Amino acid sequence: MNAALTGYNFGYLDEATKRMIRRALLKAVCIPGHQVPFGAREMPLPYGWGTGGIQVTASVLGPDDVLKVIDQGADDTTNAVSIRRFFNRVAGVATTESTAEATIIQTRHRIPETPLSEGQILVYQVPMPEPLFRLEPRVAESTRLHAMAEYGLMQVKLYEDIARQGEVATSYNHPVMVNHRYLMSPSPIPAFDNPKMHMNAGLQLFGAGREKRIYAVPPYTDVRSLDFEDHPFKPVRAPHACAICGSEESYLDEVITDDQGGRMHVCSDTDYCASRPPV
Amino acid sequence: MNALLEAQGLHLRFGAVRALDDVALSIWPGEVVAIVGESGSGKSSLLRVLAGMQRADAGQVLYRDAAGATHSILDASDAALRRLMRSDWGFVHQNARDALRMEVSAGGNVGERLMAAGNRHYGNIREVAAHWLERVEMDPARIDETPKNFSGGMQQRLQIARTLVTSPRLVFMDEPTGGLDVSVQAKLLDLIRGLVADLGLAVLLVTHDIAAARLLAHRIMVMRHGQVVEEGLTDRVLDDPRHPYTQLLVSSVLAA
Ligand SMILES: Nc1ncnc2c1ncn2[C@@H]1O[C@H](COP(=O)(O)OP(=O)(O)OP(=O)(O)O)[C@@H](O)[C@H]1O
Ligand SMILES: [Mg+2]
Ligand SMILES: [Zn+2]
Repeated sequence: MNAALTGYNFGYLDEATKRMIRRALLKAVCIPGHQVPFGAREMPLPYGWGTGGIQVTASVLGPDDVLKVIDQGADDTTNAVSIRRFFNRVAGVATTESTAEATIIQTRHRIPETPLSEGQILVYQVPMPEPLFRLEPRVAESTRLHAMAEYGLMQVKLYEDIARQGEVATSYNHPVMVNHRYLMSPSPIPAFDNPKMHMNAGLQLFGAGREKRIYAVPPYTDVRSLDFEDHPFKPVRAPHACAICGSEESYLDEVITDDQGGRMHVCSDTDYCASRPPV
Repeated sequence: MNALLEAQGLHLRFGAVRALDDVALSIWPGEVVAIVGESGSGKSSLLRVLAGMQRADAGQVLYRDAAGATHSILDASDAALRRLMRSDWGFVHQNARDALRMEVSAGGNVGERLMAAGNRHYGNIREVAAHWLERVEMDPARIDETPKNFSGGMQQRLQIARTLVTSPRLVFMDEPTGGLDVSVQAKLLDLIRGLVADLGLAVLLVTHDIAAARLLAHRIMVMRHGQVVEEGLTDRVLDDPRHPYTQLLVSSVLAA
């Protein structure tokens, strides 16, 4: 704790704010997939940098926690580094790049390849929490649709994708049904990651700063990707092996290697990739 | 046999205007009832109150569902009304654009109610949608086009397919042929007549087109200033109108 800045409360937010956010989190855990409004605070970062996720992390973080932050699967991007450094300064917590060692993982756009275990918390940064917002821009109406579990409209969108393109077009942010009740946006993770949400041993928390919403998927909760019986959901992955570790299971990024159009595929999860023997 | 929908003592005011002034009505399974009257007489208000889209100031509306349970529409929760609108009822608007999703294909528009009712089989939804496009005399090859490409008459036929696809028991229609060319209107009325007979639908049809009422309706209610001034079997009301206002209405059509 001695490395932490003085003059800030532990975890940056004041205790009253953390209590308010924890209350919203508890409610969110009780109603899996349901969006709970919360009084989001101004954070020393612009929206789009994960202010919702940061507030959730700040509210669940304790001095003994070990924090990992990833952005698109990588620990070393500017966004991940600055959020990690922020919590190191305002809470003095230990940080790690190892999924297995972390107690809290804040993420943008990915779920780690290494399965979570009980007791671990995954905090998602969410730009737009409302899965219906493109289809039903009126907030009062989309709230009503959730209240009555009227999700035919979302299914119409999937129907249109198949009718126009032969398949469902959402390769990321593919909507899910949580606990057979609430339609939920998984945040812009690749559809490949969706199955990892289902019956996950860890606690999954979602924070949307600009929209001031929190939602959650408690451990071992049923999470299904929307689909049709005759067009079942497919978690797509580039048909390659990782050029570094040879994995044929992990989600891959395509990397341009030179000016001549050379390219290779490597794991998007840098910790997973580094933990495997190189090919 | 019991009435499908029964209303009594309906009152509705907008400021000084009495849109509904002690209106009663009943409709039986498979029956087509036309509500006619001049502009502003309260026809649309009545339809909206009966369908639970507008609260009346006083009165009662009872709907009997397929299982025989009675629903008091004016006291029904938002959720209960939406459930009825999804499973038992249909509403055909004068302006198809108010009902259709203009960015969604014809197939998606027809399939929406199926999906809302829980159908999760793409191939089946598509097959039913194509079948319904044929039923409303549209080319099923246009299943993937959006309604923006369609003429007004086609849009209206698409709205009818979209409404009838889940076989509602009671359909509310507010001027379904209004705003269309006369020749298009005639064809559409023929189509509606065929579908209603085939499906045995109960229809409450608002129109100020007496000819449409004669073609489709078993019974007619004549409204004026928020009141029902005359009602009876279609032929009786049109051939032997008793109320002076009905006589005027019928003679003005004959004169035209
Ligand atoms: N929302 C409203 N606010 C104020 N007045 C209204 C409203 N809706 C209807 N009215 C008035 O109530 C009366 C009945 O209107 P309504 O729309 O039911 O008539 P209508 O018979 O359907 O007429 P039209 O043939 O022109 O469609 C009219 O005087 C109308 O101006
Ligand atoms: Mg009207
Ligand atoms: Zn790798």
